[in-house]
Amino acid sequence: MTPLVLPGGKYALYIWPAYGVSALGFAWMILDTVLRARRWKRRAERLETER
Amino acid sequence: MFAALANPLRFMAFSRWAAPILGLAALLLTGAGLTLGLSAPPDYQQGDTVWIMFVHVPAAWAAMLAYGCLGGASFISLVFRHALADQAAKAAAPLGAAFTGLALVTGSLWGRPMWGAWWVWGDARLVSVLVLFLLFLAYLALRASIDDEAKAARAGEILALIGLINLPIIHFSVEWWNTLHQGESILRPGGPALAPVYLLPLLLTGAGYSFAFGALWLARTRAEVWRRRATALALQAALR
Repeated sequence: MTPLVLPGGKYALYIWPAYGVSALGFAWMILDTVLRARRWKRRAERLETER
Repeated sequence: MFAALANPLRFMAFSRWAAPILGLAALLLTGAGLTLGLSAPPDYQQGDTVWIMFVHVPAAWAAMLAYGCLGGASFISLVFRHALADQAAKAAAPLGAAFTGLALVTGSLWGRPMWGAWWVWGDARLVSVLVLFLLFLAYLALRASIDDEAKAARAGEILALIGLINLPIIHFSVEWWNTLHQGESILRPGGPALAPVYLLPLLLTGAGYSFAFGALWLARTRAEVWRRRATALALQAALR
C-alpha cells in the first residue's frame, strides 16, 4: 500500500496542521454563531407569541 | 450610515441580507486566494512553509480588525450610549479571540521550522499579539463576571478603549524593536516586498478573512439583539 504523502515536503508536518487548525477555528466560529442566533431568535419569538 | 444603523430595526433589516452576502464573498475570496496560494512555487528562502502565510497573516489582520471594531463600538457605546453599539462590541470579542488564537497557533507552526522555536518571548510582535489575545479574553471574562449588564458594558468599554493602544504597538513592533519576526512587507515605502505570485493570494485571503469576520460579526450582533429582546420579554412575563 502506498503511504499517503501530503504536498509540502519536509514541512508538511507544519503546513497541514496550520490549515487544519484554521478550518477547525472557522468551523467553531460559524457553528457557535449560527446556533446562538437560532437559539435566541426562537426564544424571543416564543416569548413574543406568549405575550 | 451609522445613524441609520443605530436603530435596531433598521440594523436587523440590513444585516439580514448583508451577513449572507458578506459570508458568500468571504467564501469566494478565501477559496480563490487559497487555490492560487497553494499553487504558488516554494519560496527561495522559506520553501513550502510560505503556504502557512495564507492562513497566518489573514488571521492576524482579522484579529486586529476585530479589536478595532471592538474599540470603535465601545467608544460609540460609551459616548453616545447606543445599546446596539454595546451589543456589537460584545459580539466582536469572541471572534477576535478566535482569530488571534489562529494567528498565534499558525505563527507558531511557521516559526518552528523557520526559527527553530515554537515561541520566542523576546520577540515584540509575538508578545504584543499575545497581549491582544489576553485583552480579548479579559474583555470576555470581565463582561461575564458582572451580573448588571449596564455596569458590565461600562467596564468592558473602558478596558477595550485602553487596549486600543496595543494596535499601533503590534503594527510598529517590527520597526521599533529588533525581532525575529519579518518586517513590514506590504505597507512600506517603495511598494510591497512580496512577489506578485504571493501577494495576490495573500490579499485575496486577507479580504476573505475580513469579510468572514464582517459576516459573523453581523450574525452575532443579531443574536445579541434577540438575546436582549428575549431577556426583556422574560422579565415582563415574570412581573405580570
